[in-house]
Amino acid sequence: MRDKVKALPWQELLLPLVAVVLALLVGSVFILYVGENPLKAYGILFTESLGSMRNIATTLQRATPLMFTGLAVAFAFRAGLFNIGAEGQLYIGAFCAVWVGISFNLPRIIHLPLAIFAAMVGGALWASIAGYLKAKLGVHEVINTIMLNFIALFLTDWLVTGPFHGGSWVPETVRISSSAAFTRIYLPTRLTTAVYVAGIAAAAVYIILWKTKRGYELRAVGLNPDAAEYGGINVARNTVIAMAISGALAGLAGAEQILGLHNRFIVRFSSDLGFMGIAVALLGKNHPVGVLLAAVLFGALQAGSAAMDRSTAVPRELITIIQALIIFFVAAEFLIRRMLRLKEDA
Amino acid sequence: MAKVLEMRGITKQFPRVLANDHVYFDLEHGEIHALVGENGSGKSTLMSILYGLYQKDAGEIIVRGQHVEITEPRRAIDLRIGMVFQHFMLVEPLTVAENIVLGSEIRKGPFLDYKKMIAEVRRLSEEYGLQIDPEAKIADLSVGLQQRVEILKALYRGAEILILDEPTAVLTPQEVDDLIQVLRNLKAKGTSIVFITHKIKEVLAVSDRVSVLRRGRKIGTKLTSDTNEQELAEMMVGRVVLLQVEKGSAQPGPEVLRLEGVSVKDQFGQVKVNNVNLSVRSGEVLGIAGVEGNGQSELVEAIAGLRRVSGGKIYLSGQDITGWSPLRIRRAGFGFVPEDRHRRGLVLDYSVADNLILGIHGSKPFVTSAGLRNQGKIGEYAEELIAEYDVRPPVANQAVRNLSGGNQQKVVVAREFAQNPDLLICSQPTRGVDVGAIEFIHKQVIAQRDRGAAVLLVSAELDEVLSLSDRVAVMYNGEIVSVMPIEEATEHKLGFLMLGGRLEDYQAGEVSGSAGQS
Ligand SMILES: Nc1ncnc2c1ncn2[C@@H]1O[C@H](COP(=O)(O)OP(=O)(O)OP(=O)(O)O)[C@@H](O)[C@H]1O
Ligand SMILES: [Mg+2]
Repeated sequence: MRDKVKALPWQELLLPLVAVVLALLVGSVFILYVGENPLKAYGILFTESLGSMRNIATTLQRATPLMFTGLAVAFAFRAGLFNIGAEGQLYIGAFCAVWVGISFNLPRIIHLPLAIFAAMVGGALWASIAGYLKAKLGVHEVINTIMLNFIALFLTDWLVTGPFHGGSWVPETVRISSSAAFTRIYLPTRLTTAVYVAGIAAAAVYIILWKTKRGYELRAVGLNPDAAEYGGINVARNTVIAMAISGALAGLAGAEQILGLHNRFIVRFSSDLGFMGIAVALLGKNHPVGVLLAAVLFGALQAGSAAMDRSTAVPRELITIIQALIIFFVAAEFLIRRMLRLKEDA
Repeated sequence: MAKVLEMRGITKQFPRVLANDHVYFDLEHGEIHALVGENGSGKSTLMSILYGLYQKDAGEIIVRGQHVEITEPRRAIDLRIGMVFQHFMLVEPLTVAENIVLGSEIRKGPFLDYKKMIAEVRRLSEEYGLQIDPEAKIADLSVGLQQRVEILKALYRGAEILILDEPTAVLTPQEVDDLIQVLRNLKAKGTSIVFITHKIKEVLAVSDRVSVLRRGRKIGTKLTSDTNEQELAEMMVGRVVLLQVEKGSAQPGPEVLRLEGVSVKDQFGQVKVNNVNLSVRSGEVLGIAGVEGNGQSELVEAIAGLRRVSGGKIYLSGQDITGWSPLRIRRAGFGFVPEDRHRRGLVLDYSVADNLILGIHGSKPFVTSAGLRNQGKIGEYAEELIAEYDVRPPVANQAVRNLSGGNQQKVVVAREFAQNPDLLICSQPTRGVDVGAIEFIHKQVIAQRDRGAAVLLVSAELDEVLSLSDRVAVMYNGEIVSVMPIEEATEHKLGFLMLGGRLEDYQAGEVSGSAGQS
């Protein structure tokens, strides 16, 4: 059946915005419950995340890995694939990055790109396994990416506590050589040039999806695989390619974490960045620009949460609740559409 | 008779088209009112407004004397209005009864009262002569029966006004006759029916009155007994329409398609096509007549490379193409109008332009050597085809989903025909298409033939097969049971063979010996 109201472009932006506002509204109930003033709490959240150049830099730094994982999930989604495996791809990518980072001594101009590239290849190959299982054996990608997540996790656990253990009492590798590290661009924050890479990645995603023949095929497979097949498009091949590109993007998140933030591989360093990517993609409507914006929002929430925790009675867990609420309201798009229409009619 | 429904001055503006322009429509108690008009003339829109799916921009709706605002389907159901869509909305694994009561289940305490639900559905089915087993699974029912379940669903919710949007487009001729009988029963029980169709014969067979829309305007309402086929066709299209195809005799050239002992199995290993031998020559139309589901779809998909053959060989212009990929077959000079445009033929969320290049999207000039899409060339090409095939509205970057059914079909036809393929397969090429467009598509098929294409036509419409083909093959139960020149084919004879009759037994006083397997 046809859509009741054909979504206008501005509505595309409006819906996520409304979801965010609703989430903040519901969140304020919790703030009231702990006896604080929501305006005050949100005020702090806002100034601490966007109130100064320095805070903005922190926000961007928090947002950078989410940009990558969000792009990863969005890209696969455009090809009709639900990549739950960004987390695992991120770990594999991160490990490849750290391996290149510690094993070679090269000039920076080669070393850093090589480490980034290794992370992309690692993530891509790992995700291709899922793509291949889906394309050739029909194993649903949700199932097989989840299983690959566990494998990636335990594999890197073992690598980092075993053959690549750094020797200290912490389960981590040695530090990468500085020639493989991203450069910090706004001291004292930890924002690095990785954020530029994220911008480039978003542009690349846009170009691949909408300006190339490959993107035409990928999206056709995502929208109607039967018609794609009829149109001479190789569905299996495009499934593998979509997963590979998605995995490369998730691998970049791993590279950012290693080469930009931790400078070594700490066991289980990712605080669910891969899974947050799903939320970011959802909020960003699977569009690269939307993903960047959504990642910045989530980054801002995280950046501001510590200060809010410090100077009010509101615990930082509120941010997790708000993030969950945003996802809830985005998923309940139907509800919001209805509310909006009621308003229009009135 | 009392009016149960009146729609006055209904106007609906979509971003690019005025779909309804001050339309007046009324329905009397217990009448069958046919609603006809070209593709995109606004029939579905008008009825979607009545059912609360779209909101009108202006106008008023009066149901049983009361002014009403129908903001959503719930409201329509409360007003005892029911609608049956062309694409069914049934839950396949559930039974008939479960589907029918879905959303208004009968309970006994916290549990569902299955016995009562089944009894209630059975009672309704018998009352209206629908002959539906409430305990059958939807997935096991034919399309025709599934449609009856939809009708029953509406009746169960108390519908006294029933809207049927192109109910016959998906039915076989036999099922159409059955449906017409059902509609007569409903009418006798006092249900008022709006019946949307493109087939004038059906209008004349079943309706009391008929209203014609053209480009969003109401052209007129006639008593069915006061009008005729030609007049209705002209009212719809606004000019004289040729209801007969004009074509010269065929000039067959060399053989283009050759099937040698082709067999196809479905995913469960059932033989769907059994040892088919067939040959189509350049410059001729070979029509395949047959009741749907006798292996035509599987045969055609096998030729297109979309299904694996389990035995036999397929030759295209002398080349063995068995097992080739769909793309390779296309590039060897193959065009294909699939039977289900929504499932196979179109990416509904792609623009008209992007759909027009599906299959050639990877060829010059639509991609540059760097693999980038050449938007300019794609746009130009789309504009050309839109103009040539009269796709309305003529907007290349509009999503195909927003086109009316007939215009979607024109997009598929334009894409496949424009390639000038050596072999052209047309499966149900005019399904859901208006008379004007049927005339146009038929002309194009003949033009392709005269250009030298080998055309394989599969159609559930015997009229279509008879008027376009130069030779006719009859398919029954996965086999080609007979191939005959068009001169030897009559509706009666084909009908006999389609239902499994044997040529030897066909006693109509005509030649019967000469038309064997060729
Ligand atoms: N959701 C929509 N958005 C934009 N335009 C639409 C939408 N729905 C329909 N239209 C346009 O409105 C016009 C009327 O469409 P409608 O579906 O009512 O035609 P129809 O008479 O049912 O045609 P058909 O016989 O082909 O089904 C068409 O030009 C169509 O492209
Ligand atoms: Mg319609």
